[in-house]
Amino acid sequence: MEKQLLLGNEAVARGLYEAGVRVISSYPGTPSTEITEAAAKYDEMFSEWAPNEKVAAEVASGASLGGARSFCAMKHVGLNVAADPVFTMSYIGVNAGMVLAVADDPGMHSSQNEQDSRNHAKAAKLPMLEPADSQECKEFTKLAYELSEEFDTPVILRLCTRVSHSRSIVECEDRTELPLKPYEKNPAKNVMLPAFAKPKHVAVEQRLLKLTEWAEKAGINCVEDHGAKVSIITSGISYQYVKEAMGDSVNYLKLGMAYPLPEKLILDFAAKAETVYVVEELDDFIETHCKKLGLSVIGKEKFPRCGEFSQKIVRKLLTGEEAESVSLEQQIPVRPPVMCCGCPHRGVFYALKREKVYVSGDIGCYTLGASAPLNAMDSCICMGASVSALHGYNKARGAEAEKKSVAVIGDSTFIHSGVTSLIDIAYNRSNSVVIILDNSITGMTGHQQNPTTGYNIKGDPAAAVDLEALCRAVGIGRVRVVDPYDLKAVTAALKEELQAEEPSVIISRRPCALLKYVKHSAPLKADPEKCIGCKACMGIGCPAISMRGGKAVIDATQCVGCGVCTSLCAKNAIA
Amino acid sequence: MSEVKSVIIVGVGGQGTLLASRILGYAMMNEGFDVKVSEVHGMSQRGGSVVTYVRYGEKVASPVIETGEADVVLAFEQLEAARFLPYLKAGGTLVTSTQRIDPMPVITGVAEYPEGLLEAISGKGVKLLAVDALSLAEQAGSAKAVNVVLIGAMARGMDVEKEIWLNALEHCVPGKFLEMNKKAFELGYQA
Repeated sequence: MEKQLLLGNEAVARGLYEAGVRVISSYPGTPSTEITEAAAKYDEMFSEWAPNEKVAAEVASGASLGGARSFCAMKHVGLNVAADPVFTMSYIGVNAGMVLAVADDPGMHSSQNEQDSRNHAKAAKLPMLEPADSQECKEFTKLAYELSEEFDTPVILRLCTRVSHSRSIVECEDRTELPLKPYEKNPAKNVMLPAFAKPKHVAVEQRLLKLTEWAEKAGINCVEDHGAKVSIITSGISYQYVKEAMGDSVNYLKLGMAYPLPEKLILDFAAKAETVYVVEELDDFIETHCKKLGLSVIGKEKFPRCGEFSQKIVRKLLTGEEAESVSLEQQIPVRPPVMCCGCPHRGVFYALKREKVYVSGDIGCYTLGASAPLNAMDSCICMGASVSALHGYNKARGAEAEKKSVAVIGDSTFIHSGVTSLIDIAYNRSNSVVIILDNSITGMTGHQQNPTTGYNIKGDPAAAVDLEALCRAVGIGRVRVVDPYDLKAVTAALKEELQAEEPSVIISRRPCALLKYVKHSAPLKADPEKCIGCKACMGIGCPAISMRGGKAVIDATQCVGCGVCTSLCAKNAIA
Repeated sequence: MSEVKSVIIVGVGGQGTLLASRILGYAMMNEGFDVKVSEVHGMSQRGGSVVTYVRYGEKVASPVIETGEADVVLAFEQLEAARFLPYLKAGGTLVTSTQRIDPMPVITGVAEYPEGLLEAISGKGVKLLAVDALSLAEQAGSAKAVNVVLIGAMARGMDVEKEIWLNALEHCVPGKFLEMNKKAFELGYQA
């Protein structure tokens, strides 16, 4: 067996490969993205980037009904988008196995909320497995397919940032190629009309009881008895933190199955200990279950509901001990993420700031437009919300607001769920201005292709959405394209469209400056003779520009010569 | 699990800290250790402060490193060296590039880049190795090889055969950049 140092996400992909999976459909989302990227490298499996998570889950469900083991991956908020098909696939079940991976982001490294996906498993009545390292990511993925087919249910694999994005050693095995399962027409199983769904709901409840029985004896719910007085019930990454902090000084019940939770196993484990702690990040999911069983466990009264855990937090809360450390007296300025040098979004946000408009924001790199010095964002909720929330804002505040407000949304986000919102603007008519920031890639998650780029996940040519034609087709009469490096053109377009007496779309089009095929101009220089230190060029928040001795200085190693700063300099000092 | 070693690699998004952590992780796996490498992707990569954790030993549980726990902090930039100093355990080693990159609050003028950081750090009883990694990387052929120069600088203080490092480079670096990176490693090793 070959040993590899794999990300948890890569290990899930390896598990898919070994489990004979054939169809994979996902939408990128940190920290889940690399599962599908890694899976796409195996030619034995069909992989795709779907327009959104709902589509991805539906593709996977269709593939499962069609007899092939199928898969989709998403981040925690993506499961909200996919919830509609997922909740009913719970009733339908599977033909060949179907697994859905959801990656939570405790600590919100790259997310807008901190929701705990275990609640979705309970609400959808679906089994959920929770690996704690890369080897388990692979093993649990394969086990999930066995469970899926044995119990006729989709299975959720719950990951989190520290499992998805940590590398650990994985022993790789060969792929088991599985024949396509026969498809047999069976409306009572697969057509969820009320008459068919009613008996299916009964079946789902019975399935949960059987899964609970399975959980009582499952090898992935394991006890480590060290003869200690203190016992810990935990799961996933939290197990690793407790193990690091406490070693073999406590007993463990490590729950590899997050839902449904066993009853007898927990009661027997707890009965032997003087004190039982439940250590779990985010919600009191296991704790509530334990308390329902009548156990007096210690959980959220001691451990936080917010943020990530670590061995330090666990050690301090269980023992009061803390490692000593040194620090400097100096104030260390923070280093927040910023738009990259040459980022095509920068010019647009600078123009929005200058026009002092209300900016309904969205999810992507350009959410950084909310940060100083641009400060050009008023709201950001979820994928696609910029467009519909702007429509609502304008309906509330009327014609004057329409002349002082815009939505900004990336190309991939627009396809994900912005286009339906734009249809609302056209259909229910608000004179809203929507700016599509088309950087020709899905940027934030690390350069994935999408339906507007003309390439698929493998990098092969594919059909490309014509954004201008799409916007016109849904009923937007005013559609125009600008180059965001041309600040004058951006500002002029913005002023005109804000005044227009009908809805409009401005497509700000220029590829992400980090794309390999993008050719950069020579770095610019600020002439200290001409520079008067007015700091006008600093207003765009370019990391390549700084002030030294009262003069602007441009870092030649960072500057890509986009020229946005040049147009701001009244003294023509930058060239 | 006291035998587990913890190395924090810190820098600014885009400096290549991820590759450095992969090289170290791969080398330690080939030394026969259990290894965990924790990376951060997504939002914080965009020019922000980026940290990766590498832990190796007989059996590693947690993939993260907390304050007072690191045997080595490998910093790609002075301010980040200072920021992650509290993660070093007593008697730990800080290997840093002398490079300075202004963060946005300094660029916008709401904060100042502190002076004398390296002197202040060495005053804290820390084993400090400061390397002009940018110049050495340029000497090797590319400013982008700063990460491998620093891996080289750290490697000299470790009891690991050079062959293991070179194997890790071959595994982690694309072929056309291999010779340049080997040179960068050697320059760092000799620094």
